[in-house]
Amino acid sequence: MIATLVGRLATVPGALPGAVAQGLIWGIMAIGVYITFRILDVADLTVDGSLGTGGAVCIMMMLAGYNVWIALLMALIAGLLAGLVTGIFHTFMGIPAILAGILTQLSLYSINLKILGKANQAINVDKYDLLVSLRWVKETALHNPLVVVAIFIVVLIAVLYWFFGTELGCSIRATGANPNMSRAQGINTNLNKVLGLMLSNGLVALSGALLCQYQGFADVNMGRGAIVIGLAAVIIGEAVFSRIFRNFALRLLAVAIGSIIYYVVIQIVIQMGLDANLLKLLSALVVAIFLAVPYWKSKYFRGAKKAPAKKEAAPHA
Amino acid sequence: MLELKGLHKTFNTGTVNEKRAIDGLDLTLEDGDFVTIIGGNGAGKSTMLNLIAGVFPVDQGTIHLNGVNLTNLPEHKRAKYLGRVFQDPMMGTAATMGIEENLALANRRGQRRGLRAGINNREREQYRAQLATLGLGLENRMTSKVGLLSGGQRQALTLLMATLKKPQLLLLDEHTAALDPKTADKVLQLTEEIVARDHLTTLMVTHNMKNAIQYGNRLIMMDAGRIVVDIRGEEKKNLTVRDLLEKFNIESDRMLLSE
Repeated sequence: MIATLVGRLATVPGALPGAVAQGLIWGIMAIGVYITFRILDVADLTVDGSLGTGGAVCIMMMLAGYNVWIALLMALIAGLLAGLVTGIFHTFMGIPAILAGILTQLSLYSINLKILGKANQAINVDKYDLLVSLRWVKETALHNPLVVVAIFIVVLIAVLYWFFGTELGCSIRATGANPNMSRAQGINTNLNKVLGLMLSNGLVALSGALLCQYQGFADVNMGRGAIVIGLAAVIIGEAVFSRIFRNFALRLLAVAIGSIIYYVVIQIVIQMGLDANLLKLLSALVVAIFLAVPYWKSKYFRGAKKAPAKKEAAPHA
Repeated sequence: MLELKGLHKTFNTGTVNEKRAIDGLDLTLEDGDFVTIIGGNGAGKSTMLNLIAGVFPVDQGTIHLNGVNLTNLPEHKRAKYLGRVFQDPMMGTAATMGIEENLALANRRGQRRGLRAGINNREREQYRAQLATLGLGLENRMTSKVGLLSGGQRQALTLLMATLKKPQLLLLDEHTAALDPKTADKVLQLTEEIVARDHLTTLMVTHNMKNAIQYGNRLIMMDAGRIVVDIRGEEKKNLTVRDLLEKFNIESDRMLLSE
C-alpha cells in the first residue's frame, strides 16, 4: 500500500511542469475572476462561458489561417463582448449580477457550439504556428509554455497595476468598494460595472485562447466549473500570501500563484490515485469551506463583541 | 440658489405599505443659507435630501440649483454640484481604499475620469495640509485604509471630501447621529468652520433640537412631507428649545417621542 503510494508520488516531479503550465494559464483566468469577485464585489458566472468562447474563437481563427496574435486579439474582444452583455443585463436591465452571468453563460454555450461548428475542434501543433503547446513543456527553450505564459502574466499584471492606478481604474475600485459613495462623488457606477465585467471576461477569454492552444483542442465544455477554479485560485492566493503581499500587483501575482498551487495539488492528488471523476466535487467543497471561513470568523467576533464577559474565557479571545 | 417646487414622492404606491414621504414641498434657499432641518421620524427630511441628490426620482415637481434643472439628472451627474455626508459613517468613504485615494476620488467629482494617474504628488501635499486642518492627525496616515478609522474620523474625512471641491450645495443627513456626543460636537464644529470659511449653502438634517437652534441662520421643521415651520434671521437667533416646544406643540410631541 505505502509502496504503491510512494511509487505513484515518484511520478509527480515528471508531471509537475505540465501542472504548473496549466496553473499559469488558468492564472490569467483567475486574475479576471479577481477583478469581478474582489474589486467589483460581483460574483460573475459568465466566465464558465467566456473561457470556452475565447478558446473557440482562437482555434477557429487559427484554423482559418489567421496569425496566432490576431486570433488571441479576437478571443480577447469576444470576451469583452461577453462581459458587455452581462453588464447590460445587470445594469441596464436590472437583473441581479449572478443571474445575469448565468444567462450569458447559458447563451454562450450555444454561441460556442456555433463558433466551433461541433462540440470539439482539434488543432495540430505541427501544422499551425501555436504560441503554447503542452508538447514543449519539458523543453529548455523560449517557446516552453512556462516561459511564454509567465511573460504574459508579468506583462498583464503590469498593465493592470497601471490601469487600476488611473482615475478610471480608481473609480472602478471605488465602485466595488462603496457604490453609494461613488455616485456621491460623481462616478457612473453602472458604466464602471460594465467596464469591469468586460475587462474580466476579456482576460478569461484570453486564458481560454491560450488553454486551447496548450491542450491542442477547443471543447464546448472546457469552461464548465471555471468559476470554481478561478475562485479557488483567488482564495488560495490570498490565504497563502495575504500577510506578505499588500501591494496590488503582488496580490494579482498571488492569485496567479494560487492557481499554480491549485493545479499542482490536483496533480498530486490524482497521482496518488484519486478518482478523477470526483475532482470537481472536491474543488467545489474546498472552495465552499474557504468561502465560509470569513463568515464564521465575523460571526464569532461579533458574538465576542456582544458578550465580552462570556467569551473572555475562550482560548483564542 | 436652490429651488424646490411642488415636490411629491410616494413609496410603495398602490400597496398596503404606501407611504407619502414628500407631499407638495416648496423650498427656496438663498446663497449662503445654512439651514437646519428638524422633524419626527418619517417627516420626510432624509427623503427630501435624497430627492435633491437624485438617489431616487421625484414623482412630481422640479429641483433647480443656481438655474440648472436637476430634476431629471442621474445621481452621478448631480454630484458635480453637491457635497454629501450621510448618517452612516460607513457610507461616505471607500473602506478598502486609502485616505489619500478617497480624497483623490472626491477631488475629481464632476470631472471626466480618464487614464491620467489617479493621484499625484502635488495633490498629496494639498491633502496633507487639508487633513491637518481637521486636527485628527490623519495627515500622518495618508495611505492607511479608511476602514481602520473610527466613525468620527470617517465622518470628518467625508466632510472634507464633500467640501474639497466647493459644492454649490452641501447636504448633511444627520451626519453626527451615529457618533458619541463628544465626537459629534467636534464634527459639528468642523462643519460650522468649513461652511463659514467657504460660504457654503447648506442643508443639515438633525434630530437634536439644540443643535438645530445653535447652528445655521435658518431653521425648518418638517411634518408629513411638508415644511410646517420656517424660522430665520433675528427670530432664529433668539430661539430656544422651549420656544420651539411651546409654539409648535403638536409637531414637537412627535419629535420628542422619536428622540
